[in-house]
Amino acid sequence: MGFGPYFLLATLEGLVSAAVLALTAVGLSLVFGVMRVVNVAHGEFFMMGAVLAWWCASLVSGNPALGFLIAILLSPLIVAGVALAADRLVLKRLHYEPEATIVATIGLLYIIQQLALTFYGAEARPVQAPFDWRIQLPWFGYSGYKFFVIAAASAILLAVWFLLRRTNIGLIMRATQIDREMAQAFAIPVDRVYAGVFAFGAALAALAAVLIVPIKQAHYLMGQDPLLLSFIVVIIGGLGSLRGTVVAALLIGLSDGIISMFFSPTLAKMLATLLVALVLVFRPQGLFSPGGRLVR
Amino acid sequence: MNRINNQAVGNGLTRRSVLKGAGAGAALLSAPGFVRYAQAQSSEPIRIGFQCHRTGIGAPYGRWYDRVTTAAVELINEAGGINGRPVEIIIEDDGTDAARGSEVVEKFVRQHKVDLIYGTLFSHVVVGSAPTAGELKVPYYVVSEGYHVASGKLNRYCVQPGITDVKAQVRSVAPWIASNLGKKVTLVYPDYAFGHDHRDYFRPAIEAQGGEVVAMIPIPPTETSFTRYLPQIPRNTDVIYHVMVGPAVLTFVKELGEFFGRGGPQLFGFIDSLEAVDLRSPGLEFLEGSHFWEGMPRYAQADMPDYEKFYRDAVGLDENGASVNDPRDISTAGHMFGCWETLYIIKQAMEACGYRGPQDREAMIEATEAITEIPAGTEHPQGRKIFDGRIHQVFGEQNISRVKDGRLEVVHRTSIDDGRYEPEADYTTMSF
Repeated sequence: MGFGPYFLLATLEGLVSAAVLALTAVGLSLVFGVMRVVNVAHGEFFMMGAVLAWWCASLVSGNPALGFLIAILLSPLIVAGVALAADRLVLKRLHYEPEATIVATIGLLYIIQQLALTFYGAEARPVQAPFDWRIQLPWFGYSGYKFFVIAAASAILLAVWFLLRRTNIGLIMRATQIDREMAQAFAIPVDRVYAGVFAFGAALAALAAVLIVPIKQAHYLMGQDPLLLSFIVVIIGGLGSLRGTVVAALLIGLSDGIISMFFSPTLAKMLATLLVALVLVFRPQGLFSPGGRLVR
Repeated sequence: MNRINNQAVGNGLTRRSVLKGAGAGAALLSAPGFVRYAQAQSSEPIRIGFQCHRTGIGAPYGRWYDRVTTAAVELINEAGGINGRPVEIIIEDDGTDAARGSEVVEKFVRQHKVDLIYGTLFSHVVVGSAPTAGELKVPYYVVSEGYHVASGKLNRYCVQPGITDVKAQVRSVAPWIASNLGKKVTLVYPDYAFGHDHRDYFRPAIEAQGGEVVAMIPIPPTETSFTRYLPQIPRNTDVIYHVMVGPAVLTFVKELGEFFGRGGPQLFGFIDSLEAVDLRSPGLEFLEGSHFWEGMPRYAQADMPDYEKFYRDAVGLDENGASVNDPRDISTAGHMFGCWETLYIIKQAMEACGYRGPQDREAMIEATEAITEIPAGTEHPQGRKIFDGRIHQVFGEQNISRVKDGRLEVVHRTSIDDGRYEPEADYTTMSF
């Protein structure tokens, strides 16, 4: 295979991982930005989304698109519900103290993971893609569903951007992010904003998982990698910055795709980690942080 | 005990309280309970520590290893146990993790006071646990198929009498691949110990048949996406030889299908790739017509001997190699028979040396080393085997199966001699 097609394949693979990574990381970044909560359990919300997608798909027989449709509607909702409960029962009672919430979300991580192991089991289970197109390029074949993942993730990201920038809800969220006390003084129910943001962040992770699960299967340990990568992306992109998160996700996803294809996957991971270190040293607020006030 | 006391001194406790503690400890050790236990040992159950992959990537294997173990032990106990003593299995989860594996070995010996340890599958856990087993001088009967036991690099306490090793497996299947599928082979393997066994032993085996390995593609064990590796497969490849483990195998096969479509190279896989996975899963249609190595057939074969039927019934396998209670619960049939056979070897060795307790551990290893011919039968349902005491490794027949209508059908059974190789070590000359 010549360099051109090889590069094309690497780019496509990179775009798929970047798309899913961007969705997952935006959820983490929102929670971090608005609530100052380092949500270590974010990857488990991702895993839960995938497991629920499997469950939804197994509810209906017949056309796989139907199961997928149910999954993409139901799975993020259920995960958001769980996150909401976690916020009310745990995070709120800890008054969102940074140290306490880290420990609490670590606990949440293990609880969700072990519940999945107990009730779902240890094997990887496949979910059928809603459609089964195989696009035959002159050099190689490629899954049509992967193109759909890229498109769907971009659409969802646009919607999130619209929500944050062009709606009242977004305004309230941004206000809370920039100055909590002031927002409260202006009668913004900060408490409810927090709960909503936590649930929304988890739902985004679940959505990303539903998109990826027909490619990768649901497995109870699948949350670890996205968590790590999301943190890398959020640190590089800047806390609470949507644009930064998307750019960083593209950077990490594409470089991972291309470097691991031409060199080795280990090198790609090393470079990503090195990039994080460099960003932390030279621009600790991230490449696109919306402003110094955020980093208190 | 000692260490605790030392810490106590460090914490500024008085000498008197330390002495009291030591005295209490000594009293505890010589308490009547311990003495009684030692005296009544002959009627105590034989305690086998089962190092089980309950969680982690090996969990589907662990579940079935557990079921096979339970079934075999039940039969052994019904038939009077070992040396008239019942067998008791004590399970500890190693999380399919090497470090935890070693801790589990220690726990078995110090806390559970087992007679021996058994049942580990994943090669990194075996390699991680073996030194501890050697230090604590406890027999360690693995069901792993890695080459590490046979390599002679572990210690005299490590034995693999119930399942063949990768080196023998690849040597057995290489002639068949070369004469039926093609001579130019690309190897796709996981980049750790188990995969390296395939890498190191398949090349000489296929070259001996006039074939060649045209490319080797190592894949990190944590990888979840494979399309990017597929362009490395040279165009002139006749056969893709794939062996993968872990939860991502389905993705691997699916992406292979997407990449090549219908006109790709032949596929030869190790069933390790698809243990506990339904062959009728979406995306696996691509495997139709491809071939697999199987330690023991997953699907009930038409010409199955009676002892194999007996084994399948005892374990609870249906026609398709799934649990009789749940057709979606697919077994790890290609490997788990090793547990059954290992337990019967343990029984045979213990009876041969008149095993009474931990003082006879060395005699038990020697009795195992003395085993040579192992006839097929209900105790060894996978088939006839030959044990080589020098390298603590068993040799047996292998199955090559073809996927037909979503089922695996055995098309060839290799002979024991196909897999035999010159031993590289001799455990019997090593000290205990």
